[in-house]
Amino acid sequence: MKILTLNFLTCARKLCKSSNTAFPLHPQDAELEIVEQDMNVEFLRNILPRLMWEELSGVVGELGLPALPPTVPTLESLTEKKLKAAENDPTGMNVVEVEVPSQVALDLHRLLLETCVKEGKLVCGSCGHEYQVREGIANFLLPGHLV
Amino acid sequence: MSSSSASYGEAYEAQHVHEVYEQIASHFSSTRYKPWPIVERFLKELPDGAIGVDVGCGNGKYLAVNPRVFIVGSDRSTNLIRIAKTHEPHSAVVADNLSLPHPLESFDFAISIAVVHHLSTPERRIEAVKAILELLRRPTNANGMGAGKALIYVWALEQKDSRRGWDEGHEQDVMVPWVMKGGDKSSKTKKGKGKKKKDKTEDQAEAPELQEADHKAEDKTFLRYYHLYKNGELEHDINEAGGAVIESGYEKDNWWAIAVPKSS
Repeated sequence: MKILTLNFLTCARKLCKSSNTAFPLHPQDAELEIVEQDMNVEFLRNILPRLMWEELSGVVGELGLPALPPTVPTLESLTEKKLKAAENDPTGMNVVEVEVPSQVALDLHRLLLETCVKEGKLVCGSCGHEYQVREGIANFLLPGHLV
Repeated sequence: MSSSSASYGEAYEAQHVHEVYEQIASHFSSTRYKPWPIVERFLKELPDGAIGVDVGCGNGKYLAVNPRVFIVGSDRSTNLIRIAKTHEPHSAVVADNLSLPHPLESFDFAISIAVVHHLSTPERRIEAVKAILELLRRPTNANGMGAGKALIYVWALEQKDSRRGWDEGHEQDVMVPWVMKGGDKSSKTKKGKGKKKKDKTEDQAEAPELQEADHKAEDKTFLRYYHLYKNGELEHDINEAGGAVIESGYEKDNWWAIAVPKSS
């Protein structure tokens, strides 16, 4: 399960829905893995304004991953212009300017979309319930007495 | 609703819905790959970057429709989620429609395709719709502007031209068989031949693979519980759940509706 997904998850118990300590869930005993994905700057650009930055930064810290930038990166900082040899130019004399993902974007992509919790648990900060993650799948089914 | 009837409904669904899907998961999934047109349109018309949930996502066939939005799919069946989670850039978790693990009032859209009809009491079906609607962004004015939208699809009672032939006045709570060929060898050799037939039944809601004729001893029939919706019933449930229907209709043996949460 991707780190990004944690931005859209909270405790499944009704009594925790209104608590402000239930979000985000806290990963514990987590074994991480990298699941590679195509880089998509447009996707990052769209998702960035929807992230609960502070909470997500906390989770990233708890997992011991490289810290997120202190503030949400600007949308402009996700790309940079690079000079590149023009296509179909046998002389190699002409260069064109192209837009490529910046290091900021590459790092965010790695952290949010490619870094996944493979095994471990997600713990609710309000009720303490632990949700298991196995083979990359988080399980939110509650035992009968907690429904 | 008394807690005893609630727990009865839950136990009933565990046996007649959840366990069945867990067992038929991979076979079921192999017959579910073509999106229904209205669902496809709904997903493709979303603005890029929209964030949504697919409650009861099954094998995740709707996660494959639009890679420019982000969807967190959920299903009761771990075996189906194993398949669903392969659809990047989306995500999939195991969860119950009545205990969804998402922050409230934060999503742009939700889809619930062929799911709510598996709940076995009127109260639980309304609760399921409510659980979906409360995940959506609230409207910013009385006209419903700015609210998140849910597309809900359920199997219709009125389907007299379908293979099953149910229609108005029939029993609405039914057990529907799913037949799985027994024995690996025979099912493999049948696969090629059965293919054409599969494609044909594909579009029909939940039309299970009734692989006719030679029912060998090893064939296994699973029965799934369904509540067949009659005309107007889905809209009624949505209203009861605190939603407003903005568009609804009938398509290929199913009732569907697009709803928004009412302004609080």
